Amino acid sequence: MASTFETVAGIIAETCDLERDTITPESHAINDLGIDSLDFLDVAFAIDKSFGIKMPLEQWTQDVNEGRATSDDYFVMKNLCAAIDKLVAAKTA
Amino acid sequence: MQLEYFQMVDRITLLDPDARIARADCLVPDASPVFEGHFPGYPLLPGVLMIETMAQIGGWLVLATLRFASMPFLIHVKEAKMRSVVLPGQKLEAEARLIHDGSGFAVVEASITSGGKKVADTEIRYRVVPFPNETLRGQMLETARRIAVPEAFFHAQQP
Repeated sequence: MASTFETVAGIIAETCDLERDTITPESHAINDLGIDSLDFLDVAFAIDKSFGIKMPLEQWTQDVNEGRATSDDYFVMKNLCAAIDKLVAAKTA
Repeated sequence: MQLEYFQMVDRITLLDPDARIARADCLVPDASPVFEGHFPGYPLLPGVLMIETMAQIGGWLVLATLRFASMPFLIHVKEAKMRSVVLPGQKLEAEARLIHDGSGFAVVEASITSGGKKVADTEIRYRVVPFPNETLRGQMLETARRIAVPEAFFHAQQP
């Protein structure tokens, strides 16, 4: 079974027409990969479907806007994948 | 339908957020300023207004699902197909099915049929955000009453 990172990187590469090799665990989805908000919603839809979850994008955005978190906390690939793993674990718990 | 006012939905005939489906009747007017330009001597409902019709029935479904707490704005029309022409006076039925209720976005599959034949279909995505002001929310509720959206969907469900 593909790792969360492999699955998410594949989704981003396909959805945003990026070379798969340019996406690393340290990549920031917005700052490094240049994914705009519209494309990120496509990515979110694909991730939600693939993992059977609902990524709390509104909560994350609010956290960043209100200083409780940085965008790195949610949008650096390794952190995004860790958040997805937590959501999947919470769903199956 | 009042095309020049973007009033595409005449009457909601089915609205079931639990089953994630909505349907509506839409009667293309016999006359409209839109037909003066599209096309002179050969009036047709513009394809972009078929897309708008599908976006609106999907929008009502999203609004009812969220009990009018937030507003869906069209952001993505995917692979729209206009399968046949639509003429003045033609009766249409629009249908939407909610296929994903995401965080801050929603996705529906929508279609238009006429006389049992599909005339258009597409997948539509919305960004869902708080109403920017009370004026818009009030107008949406007023329109909802006019097109027979059940009032039970106007407010949050009681626990």
